[in-house]
Amino acid sequence: MIANTSEARAAYRNVWVVAEVLGGEIQKVTYELLGAARHLADTRESELWCVVAGHGVDSQIDTLFHGGADVAMVIDDPSFVNFVDEDQAAVLARLVRTHKPEIVLCGATTRGRALIPRVAVVANCGLTADCTGLTIDPETGDLLQTRPAFGGNIMATIRCSDHRPQMATVRPRVMNALEPDTTRTGRVIAEKLLPGEISGLKTVLELFQDVENPVNLSDARFIIAGGRGLKGPDGFKMLKALAERVNGAVGASRAAVDSGWVPYYHQVGQTGQTVQATVYFACGISGQIQHLVGMQSCDFIVAIDKNPDTPLMQLADVSIVGDLFEVIPQLIRELPKT
Amino acid sequence: MRTVVCVKQVPGTHDAKIDPDTKRIIREGIKVVINPFDTYALEAAVQIRERIGGEVICLTMGPPRAVTVLREGITVGADRGILLSDRAFGGSDTWATSYALAKAIRKIGDVDLVICGKQAIDGDTAQVGPGIAAHLSWPQATYVMDIDEIANGSLIAKRLHEDGWDLCSLRLPAVITVVKDINQPRVPTLKGRLAAEQQEIPVWKAEDIGAAPERIGLDASPTRVVQTNPPAARKNEGLRLDGTVEQNVARLVQELRRRSLV
Ligand SMILES: Cc1cc2nc3c(=O)[nH]c(=O)nc-3n(C[C@H](O)[C@H](O)[C@H](O)COP(=O)(O)OP(=O)(O)OC[C@H]3O[C@@H](n4cnc5c(N)ncnc54)[C@H](O)[C@@H]3O)c2cc1C
Ligand SMILES: Nc1ncnc2c1ncn2[C@@H]1O[C@H](COP(=O)(O)O)[C@@H](O)[C@H]1O
Repeated sequence: MIANTSEARAAYRNVWVVAEVLGGEIQKVTYELLGAARHLADTRESELWCVVAGHGVDSQIDTLFHGGADVAMVIDDPSFVNFVDEDQAAVLARLVRTHKPEIVLCGATTRGRALIPRVAVVANCGLTADCTGLTIDPETGDLLQTRPAFGGNIMATIRCSDHRPQMATVRPRVMNALEPDTTRTGRVIAEKLLPGEISGLKTVLELFQDVENPVNLSDARFIIAGGRGLKGPDGFKMLKALAERVNGAVGASRAAVDSGWVPYYHQVGQTGQTVQATVYFACGISGQIQHLVGMQSCDFIVAIDKNPDTPLMQLADVSIVGDLFEVIPQLIRELPKT
Repeated sequence: MRTVVCVKQVPGTHDAKIDPDTKRIIREGIKVVINPFDTYALEAAVQIRERIGGEVICLTMGPPRAVTVLREGITVGADRGILLSDRAFGGSDTWATSYALAKAIRKIGDVDLVICGKQAIDGDTAQVGPGIAAHLSWPQATYVMDIDEIANGSLIAKRLHEDGWDLCSLRLPAVITVVKDINQPRVPTLKGRLAAEQQEIPVWKAEDIGAAPERIGLDASPTRVVQTNPPAARKNEGLRLDGTVEQNVARLVQELRRRSLV
């Protein structure tokens, strides 16, 4: 791809955050990105824009200003009730072409990771996935993007000097939202879909949200994960009780998923999800490398296992040697409720 | 139904190393495997052929030795493989990789469906599947955990999300990326092994797929890895608790409190 000349690059200004909207609600990750992007915009002495493609979000726009945005660019269309990535990507790519942002950030969620690569291809720019650190190089003004690769075995810093915009997806729960400032206001720019941007190539037929049993591993502060040591689905009921106590999500090793004790979307690891919770409880999980690569970037790791020599016991900040069927009920009793 | 499965050769989990000069992954002299997610992509394609007929082609871009992942694909049921290999492709990032793969898919012709793995375990980007779809202007479904039905030029896919799933209908041709939940890859048979060994595997160069030189390889890749570090070391010696259940739990709660985690 042909690099932008330095004059061409200079025409790109402002930092954009692409909002994640789900069921008409702007998601928490959006405010986290605004928090991170506010610093970037201040350093670049430019504006922070939040781009919202959704339907019926008017009443939430002020919260974007409270969270740090200077401008809210809203594309309100009934067809955006569902997540049709092709169409959203088409609009976003056009808006990027016309408004020329310098930096575009999007959540590294299943939806963000599907949407933004399409935008990057059409807009002819680089994209760094799953960033956990973002800073501005004071000399060049380039965005320095740090991300784990090889399941967290390596941290790579990526730069995109010759192309604008610089695009990145950012892991949920890594950046901090600002304390909402209800006195802040901003500008609203209303944009419309152009003919042809609704391709009709994909239609969402049905949507299932697991409200009963919220998993959301990427969003949880606490993850209570279980493995083969739980012996069966009843073991996971016990984990769920612990998770409820701390308002956390239930994770699982592949062994537990393959045994049919919990659905796949709970699986953490190389062939499951990569998570970055504040606290990770591994209960009856030995910690084979394929599991570790999915959770080793969690801040505080607790292992509970009757075998003191497992890889997870070596990695953990606190390890309890014991029978989890005794330890977990005791924990449920002792842990303060959050 | 003609399905192309994109498979990637990746370093085994234990062997990740980075060249200190180029900051790229060292691919010489280390153990390589087929990207685990791509085995589910292969199985999905073979099952589709078994259901409704057609052809499964596996495609990889990589150095000459990446041909082994194509042979693995044929072993488990792909009809043929194509290797995209040319020095000019070296150093491609996801933009340039998805461009080259999309060009090859165009050259194969009459492709109805492209299946990729959810992500490759070396880069972990999950960008190449949607990138291919964008270069081809085809619809896409990512994180697919089930393929419901293929009929009347459409495919119905179940997409996994953090909070549940949705079901969507894609107009073919389309690109999907799959997660592990979609199937149980079969074990290779002796017959498959023999078939794989005997096949000639064509090698396509940049000019064979009509790739624009300024759109492939390192120079065409907007992202540059400028630095790599080991992750911040896990600080302390872990605290080992092997007293009574009550003592252990009390101490853990104390630790969590001390760090204001509860
Ligand atoms: C290509 C590939 C991809 C993979 N991807 C993943 C992945 O994404 N995620 C993943 O997790 N794995 C993955 N695996 C599998 C991985 O290698 C391990 O097999 C799996 O993680 C083991 O799960 P486990 O720790 O629950 O089971 P085990 O290894 O059997 O460990 C069970 C533990 O429970 C303890 N235990 C038993 N009973 C009790 C009790 N009463 N009290 C306390 N402790 C008890 C045991 O001491 C043991 O340490 C993958 C493997 C391959 C080859
Ligand atoms: N060099 C490659 N050759 C063939 N397929 C690839 C290549 N790189 C990525 N893919 C496909 O794209 C998926 C996602 O890869 P990535 O975007 O690198 O995480 C993989 O699971 C493969 O199906």
